[in-house]
Amino acid sequence: MQMLKQVEAKSVAISQQPQGRSFLEIANVSKVYPTPKGPYPVLQGVNLSIKQGEFICLIGHSGCGKTTLLNMVSGFNQPSQGSVQLRGKPILKPGPDRMVVFQGYALLPWLTAFENVYLAVDSVHPKKLEAEKRAIVREHLAMVGLADAADKKPPQLSGGMKQRVAIARALAIRPEVLILDEPFGALDAITKEELQEELLKIWNDHRCTVLMITHDIDEALFLADRLVMMTNGPAATIGEVMEIPFPRPRDRTQIMEDPEYYDLRNHALDFLYNRFAHDDTE
Amino acid sequence: MVANPGTRPTGSNFADFARTFWKKQGQNIMLPLIGVLVFLVVWQLLSSTGLTRLPGPLSLVTEQRTRELLLYPFYDLGGLDKGLFWQTMYSLGRVAKGYTAAAVVGIGLGILVGTNQTINKAVDPIFQFLRMIAPLAWVPISLIALQNVQQAAIFVIFITAVWPILINTTVGVQQIPQDYKNVARVLQISPRKYFFKVLIPSALPYIFTGLRIAIGLAWLAIIAAEIVMSGVIGIGFFIWNAYQNNYVSEVILAVFYIGAVGLLLDRAMAYLQRMILPEEQR
Ligand SMILES: Nc1ncnc2c1ncn2[C@@H]1O[C@H](COP(=O)(O)OP(=O)(O)O)[C@@H](O)[C@H]1O
Ligand SMILES: [Mg+2]
Repeated sequence: MQMLKQVEAKSVAISQQPQGRSFLEIANVSKVYPTPKGPYPVLQGVNLSIKQGEFICLIGHSGCGKTTLLNMVSGFNQPSQGSVQLRGKPILKPGPDRMVVFQGYALLPWLTAFENVYLAVDSVHPKKLEAEKRAIVREHLAMVGLADAADKKPPQLSGGMKQRVAIARALAIRPEVLILDEPFGALDAITKEELQEELLKIWNDHRCTVLMITHDIDEALFLADRLVMMTNGPAATIGEVMEIPFPRPRDRTQIMEDPEYYDLRNHALDFLYNRFAHDDTE
Repeated sequence: MVANPGTRPTGSNFADFARTFWKKQGQNIMLPLIGVLVFLVVWQLLSSTGLTRLPGPLSLVTEQRTRELLLYPFYDLGGLDKGLFWQTMYSLGRVAKGYTAAAVVGIGLGILVGTNQTINKAVDPIFQFLRMIAPLAWVPISLIALQNVQQAAIFVIFITAVWPILINTTVGVQQIPQDYKNVARVLQISPRKYFFKVLIPSALPYIFTGLRIAIGLAWLAIIAAEIVMSGVIGIGFFIWNAYQNNYVSEVILAVFYIGAVGLLLDRAMAYLQRMILPEEQR
């Protein structure tokens, strides 16, 4: 019985393999910030091709330009050179097709959890019936386990709950690309693992393309299809891209028993702490 | 009901209540009372010993004219000859008009200036200059500009009260966290929704701070304006008139009215602020 389930799971995973080519194309991107001390090159010659439905994790030392790179995908920022294209069209400004889960949750404190999500759904689907929009909000709050806290305002919620609302808000508008900037960095270990599992489960059901910045190698190995490792700034670029081959749906204890897990983990650690070690500890 | 001797409220229960009430509230009530009493006694002593020509507080009841004003605040013999209640109401009416205009213009203009950096740069020096001009200095200007004494008085209120509202609203709008603006940009929230769901709630604490400073200033300004304008019904001109006729204790009585009304206005704004602002924004 156990065997059968695993086989089934594997076949599902194969049929859900990401398809399509150059859905999101980061081509030869450089970014230079003007500073009082002259131009500061943050990123130089970044190339990355992302398939639809892929789960990408981005890792690199603090200040190397991860947020800068993802801001060019979300549209808050434009490359100084090169281009970022979604389905062949250059990204010019932010839009709900590329929803962001912000570093500080960015929930409006005067609105309840429900109202925060509703504001997003209502803005993206102004023509939908109100009952329909309310149903979408309820469904997504329930999905992150917050059905009971719908009427609470952010100051009454814990960090983990706020992050759940932010994720529900992001998913409720069905973005093509979901961008998360160190979403679980401020959470305790248990909450963090819970949220990783929920995110993975939701992603398995909905399959949007995910770009996620993290500091945690284990998190990346558990979640991602590919781990993008960045070199140090200034003029940082992608040092290496690591394929993470574990079949989906993934089980944390199962992949941690896989000897390959430790090879990958050591490889990433070696990249970060030997080949591209950082002077200041952050 | 079956009388239960064990739980029936008794005299000693009441005594307990009184004792705990005293412990909690006694200092809050008694100490201010003692302070006021000492102040009045010292003042009375200073004037009885002849150190100052200002009559003591007892003159409010010993002087016949003043005693009548004290006892009959509601009399109305037509023209300028009205009780202090009516004098105060006329002044408050002017404050209400000037203050309302200041609130509408101050909040409206503040939002415009706060959202538009170009306009802000253009008008900020003018605002900073104009707000330094004392209410009294506006009196001759407004008398010349408006010809009509009533309108001029209201204009002086307006011009005194508008700056704190305008400047606080501007700052409030400028202080909207970047995170909230980013959420609005990703979701492409309509300008109307942005105004009501993000801008106003976010700036509201600042707007209230401005409104509360302004109500005190408006009340200070009306007195100054009426004193100079002459020939209007109002507590300010009443003081001036009494002084011209050497009814000094009437001046003192009117000053008590002014202080009490100013205090009430400030308390009322504080109450409104508490009622309207959500708990998490105070
Ligand atoms: N608007 C800006 N102007 C100038 N320098 C900036 C700006 N934004 C970021 N930087 C600099 O660019 C570098 C990369 O920043 P960031 O992308 O936030 O790094 P990370 O997210 O990897 O920690 C940092 O050195 C930061 O100081
Ligand atoms: Mg960052």
